[in-house]
Amino acid sequence: MTEATTFHPDPGRRARLSTRRRRPITYVFRVIVAVYLFFLVAWPVSLVVKNTFTDGLTDLRGILEDPDIVHALRLTVGVAVVAVVLNTVFGVGISLLLVRYEFPGRRLLSALIDVPLSVSPIVVGLSLVLVYGGRDGWFGPQLEDWGIQVIFAPLGILLATTFVALPLVIREVVPVLEEIGIEQEQAAHSLGASAVQTFRRITLPSIKWGVIYGVVLSLARSLGEFGAVKVVSGNILGDTRTATLVVEEKYLNFDKGGAYATAFLLALVSVACIVVVSFIRPKEGPR
Amino acid sequence: MTAAVVSASRVTTLGKASGLGLGVAMIWFSLLVLIPLAAVIVTASQGGWTAFWNTITNEQTAAAIRLTVTHAFLVTAVNVVMGTLIAWVLVRDQFKGQRILEVLIDIPFALPTIVAGLVLLSLYGPNSPIGVDVANTPRAVTLAFLFVTLPFVVRTVQPVLAELDPEVEEAAASLGASRFTTFRRIVLPSLIPAIAAGAALSFARAVSEYGSLVLLSGNLPFQTEVTSVRILSSIENDNVEAAAAVASVLLLISFSVIVLIDVLQRFLVKRD
Repeated sequence: MTEATTFHPDPGRRARLSTRRRRPITYVFRVIVAVYLFFLVAWPVSLVVKNTFTDGLTDLRGILEDPDIVHALRLTVGVAVVAVVLNTVFGVGISLLLVRYEFPGRRLLSALIDVPLSVSPIVVGLSLVLVYGGRDGWFGPQLEDWGIQVIFAPLGILLATTFVALPLVIREVVPVLEEIGIEQEQAAHSLGASAVQTFRRITLPSIKWGVIYGVVLSLARSLGEFGAVKVVSGNILGDTRTATLVVEEKYLNFDKGGAYATAFLLALVSVACIVVVSFIRPKEGPR
Repeated sequence: MTAAVVSASRVTTLGKASGLGLGVAMIWFSLLVLIPLAAVIVTASQGGWTAFWNTITNEQTAAAIRLTVTHAFLVTAVNVVMGTLIAWVLVRDQFKGQRILEVLIDIPFALPTIVAGLVLLSLYGPNSPIGVDVANTPRAVTLAFLFVTLPFVVRTVQPVLAELDPEVEEAAASLGASRFTTFRRIVLPSLIPAIAAGAALSFARAVSEYGSLVLLSGNLPFQTEVTSVRILSSIENDNVEAAAAVASVLLLISFSVIVLIDVLQRFLVKRD
């Protein structure tokens, strides 16, 4: 996914490809792919919409009138926004350091940044409990003495969410920074611009779309985190229960209407994020 | 992204401000990611090698690890074939509605995993409109893994395929190579590093999957219980040592995958 924004298509190629005569196998491939994606993604996802509205707006209204669910939705959105802000500031900073500076351990850091993407959410939760757990975590008891509770509190949910979405902005910004090079930045610098001015006037506008793309992906990921949040949140109704935990709880308690309605809201936001990204992409990348 | 561009863009050594920035970033990264992950390894090793080995070879745990790894391999094999085919259709074919396919491929990446489980359950569960019920069977694990890993091979192969020059293929064809020979001898060799990188990501994602299985697989020991669920039940039983031991097996798998990707990318850069 990282490479997607970094190459320039040859404008003549599409034309050449389309003038080549299509063979029957092309249609066979097309049908196989369409059928596969229909049964694996399109049909199942569309059923969530159908199941939400089987009783009209009753289910949706039901969850939006339940103060505990509204609290869960607010908590989810609040945590996701803070996590995205943290990951954007941190992500852009780290990207600049990785691409523009030489320091010992740069390669190692660059590899470690991707770690959160391939760690199981349950392991993420466990690792945070081991360090910040109030009873016998490494730092937890000390923090609780200072009045800061992390695990089974919103702060823990925030840490878990930030952890899992951490690499997304960096993975989008690093290739763009490598692509644009440093000539313009050097020119600005030699004309007397300060580091801050150079960043604001030269660097930021060129990485803008990469950052936006990373932010949208991080937002979708943050709103939807489930496993890591389940371990650290304590899942207390009206306090630390998030939207994804509501979906599980409602379904297991045979309130399928409520589960589908909450799932519908989450799916709506994530699909909207994907559609936004697919409209941003053409300006920067391949199509 | 050639090596030349990379080295030309990195000229600066750290100054005062950037050094401070790096320090702050490293503290944040350590507190959030590195120290917690180190805590998992340390906790796992506290009981000594025998305790660690007994935990991960516990009958139920071993069954869960075996189930997870087997299904991850199976699903990755499917993704290698289907992912490459999907990338091919997206890059080389042109038809109305391609954009919809693009969106469909990204949905599993953005959809919350618990919602993914719920949507699969509504088509392939007890109330299936097409009469296919895989809930609480090992097929549910296959299905959930296929869903969540869908984007990886497609998204790594797609840009590489788009950059290939069709002229080489046309030349091969004009010299009498069949379509299949052209694909096998010209296209496939250039795609293999990308396919391998996508496969590694897809494998890593599958072994660590949790959310989409909660509602779908029933978490039956020895049948549909995956490694992540096993770790969670250890945490819930307040046995963090056992949880950490199994978690470090998963971490080991993740780290090997990251190293593999890194090696492959170096290989790619060298070929350029």
